[in-house]
Amino acid sequence: MKLVKTADDLDKLRKAVLAKRSPEKPVVSVCCGTGCRASNSAELKETLEKEIVKQNLKDKIEVKASGCHGFCEHGPIVVMSPKEIFYERVKLSDAEEIVRETVVKSNLIGRLQYIDPAGGERIKTENEVPFYKKQKRKILEKNRLIDPTNILDYVAVGGYEALKRALTGMKADEIIAEIKKSGLRGRGGAGFPTGFKWEFCKRAKGDIKYVICNADEGDPGAYMDRSVLEGNPHSVIEGMIIGAFAIGSNKGYVYVRNEYPLAVKNLTVALAQAREYGFLGKNILGSGFDFDIEIERGAGAFVCGEETALIASIEGKKGEPRQRPPFPATKGLWGKPTNINNVETWANVPLIINKGADWYSRIGTETSKGTKIFSLVGKVVNTGLVEVPMGATLREIIYDIGGGIKGDGEFKAVQTGGPSGGCIPKELLDLPIDYESLAKAGSIMGSGGMIVMDDSTCMVDVAKYFLNFLRDESCGKCLSCREGTQRMWEIVNNICEGKGKKGDLELLEELAVVVKDSSMCGLGQTASNPVLSTLRYFRHEYEAHIKEKKCPARVCKALITYSIDTDKCVGCLLCLKNCPQKAILGELKKPHKIEIEKCIRCGVCNEVCNVKAVLVS
Amino acid sequence: MPTLKIDGLDVTVEPGTTVLEAAQFLGLEIPTLCHMDGLEPYGGCRLCLVEVGSGDKSRLVTSCTYPAEDGLTVRTNSKRVLRSRKMMVELLLSVCPSSRTIQDLASLMGVQKVRFKTRNDDCILCGRCVRMCKEQMDAGAIGFVNRGHKRKITTPFNMKSEVCRTCGGCIYVCPACNLRCQGPNAPGDVCGSCLSLQPTCTERFDDYMCYLGPTGNCGTCIKKEEN
Repeated sequence: MKLVKTADDLDKLRKAVLAKRSPEKPVVSVCCGTGCRASNSAELKETLEKEIVKQNLKDKIEVKASGCHGFCEHGPIVVMSPKEIFYERVKLSDAEEIVRETVVKSNLIGRLQYIDPAGGERIKTENEVPFYKKQKRKILEKNRLIDPTNILDYVAVGGYEALKRALTGMKADEIIAEIKKSGLRGRGGAGFPTGFKWEFCKRAKGDIKYVICNADEGDPGAYMDRSVLEGNPHSVIEGMIIGAFAIGSNKGYVYVRNEYPLAVKNLTVALAQAREYGFLGKNILGSGFDFDIEIERGAGAFVCGEETALIASIEGKKGEPRQRPPFPATKGLWGKPTNINNVETWANVPLIINKGADWYSRIGTETSKGTKIFSLVGKVVNTGLVEVPMGATLREIIYDIGGGIKGDGEFKAVQTGGPSGGCIPKELLDLPIDYESLAKAGSIMGSGGMIVMDDSTCMVDVAKYFLNFLRDESCGKCLSCREGTQRMWEIVNNICEGKGKKGDLELLEELAVVVKDSSMCGLGQTASNPVLSTLRYFRHEYEAHIKEKKCPARVCKALITYSIDTDKCVGCLLCLKNCPQKAILGELKKPHKIEIEKCIRCGVCNEVCNVKAVLVS
Repeated sequence: MPTLKIDGLDVTVEPGTTVLEAAQFLGLEIPTLCHMDGLEPYGGCRLCLVEVGSGDKSRLVTSCTYPAEDGLTVRTNSKRVLRSRKMMVELLLSVCPSSRTIQDLASLMGVQKVRFKTRNDDCILCGRCVRMCKEQMDAGAIGFVNRGHKRKITTPFNMKSEVCRTCGGCIYVCPACNLRCQGPNAPGDVCGSCLSLQPTCTERFDDYMCYLGPTGNCGTCIKKEEN
């Protein structure tokens, strides 16, 4: 039996949910996103629940497992409403004190509060934390307010209101016009205008049409889509229903990688609840429109994020792309017109329908509208998920929000857009981030990965890393990508091993340009970016490797030697004991010596030395 | 019926025709390797790349898969096309240096040297045999396994296939292994002795004066355009 049959039922449901929930009732919400779970937040939630029972507060206080808050560096995160008290790095042993002091008496526990590194002040609420203060959280905003496994939480914060508006108040063409007007562009990488994509699919001839949500997020270090799907799956489902209604599709798929077990689980629960409440199924909200969504799990091939490969994978074939045209909008899944959008794109749709295209298009730059989530990782103080309006500069993201570079290092480059993206140097820190400016700088928006690197990173080594990833992940169907990535990797690997020779860089560049130009799908067409961008901005590092046989960042093992500074060495035997090759000679309280022939340059001696007597040159 | 312009020449073709077929209809030669009449277009070898569109928006596409669209402008021998095609041949040669077919292609395109380390693989993964087995012989006994640089063609689980009828179709269509160059084979060397240029357009179009080797080189068609 469906619970919500008409638009009025939805209003009644929301009223009933809100009536039951007093805004004064204390709620302890524990972040149960993947990052916080890794720091034991699921167990923390249980401990808090037990503690509440123990202190006889069972019906007075609610404990909630919320979606990812984004400040993953400082997890597990606990927020207590109504006063919005924010605690970070909470341990299991803190549970008892939190309930006794903060929840009951509203006393703050100093050691659990976030301390502003700038002023040293203790910060009380989540919104005052500098990391959040400078963001514009539109998509991630609701993650912290809802339990992703409870549809009523989503309904309570205005969920499915956009669906109601779209299905009962708008025509399909009006929805497409609204999305077009909003300027929303695909968040998966290429940035194709979403409204136009929908229109192509709608106009395509075909009795059956499909919509697909691409949740095959495979960039190393990127987890935006994962957090949206885990923390707020209904926003994606709602976006998909609206899109399907506009396009005229009755069947949707979410292609999610099986390496995201929590996303699969939360999405499965969300889909079941959406069906139970009548948001999916026959005659949704009395509009006469039928739609349902199925989960399709990917086996973890990077290339399956490419739309034609994704379609092949859903069809049960080997996940490899085919040459376009025909585009999926005319000939996609099972040969039928298909519209594919990324998780974040779908999650933007309810926002646009609710607040209007005019409101949405005021956020962002001339060509790129709305906000974008980035996963800020690497050598930065505050790693986590960052949502900023398009046009925010790299400096704002890395320094104002990210808190600058971790440790003593100096900023060197930021890698955007995953393996197919490029490295952007210090000189371009004030670059406003949008699709065009990133492309101009030789990188891509991609799905929003952002890896910050400091001066201990060798850019040739970085290019080698990404090429190694790509030569493995290339499907191998087309020659230019399969052999191109392999040969580029061979050249760069040789350079790293000190076997680089004159002419290598010219050949590498020539090959990279051709691979970009000639490959079948997006993977190959962007596979050269790590090479081309590092050659463009860090050519001197390549040259140092080839001509001087030196690695300026002292990373490439073949080009560095370890020795011990006899003046500094105190003869503590620590390095000698830790050396796996037994390559260090010496006696207690006498300076040690490294036998170069035995040394494998693993760097253990350098790591263990307390007096910094190990020299790398 | 779509009308398109290939190398400056207008051609009207049946709907559903590919750019490659349209070019062949005009007698223009586009090198191919993974393409074979009777098999589904694959687009894997990247030799049949042509440049479509003009200005900033022009791009390289495989002519064997690209549909002949009305108003399309195609260049089969532009600088950009030749640069890519030559590199593709060089990559193929580096993998499979003793294949006569590839050596011939290299000679045709003036590729004189291989700058990559040669490997001496037998297979260039063009997929002709896989498609032959599945599409024409209706067996599907062989297929691709693995990804990227580990990709290869084999039977399921590397075991003797139960559906293979040993028809030999796979060997018949293979462009790489049916002819072996017996000449000198120093690393990165192309002997060029098996160069076999054939007149291109004369068979089908006696009066079309374009038999002098890679089409477009004589310049006749370009002059016609200018006038």
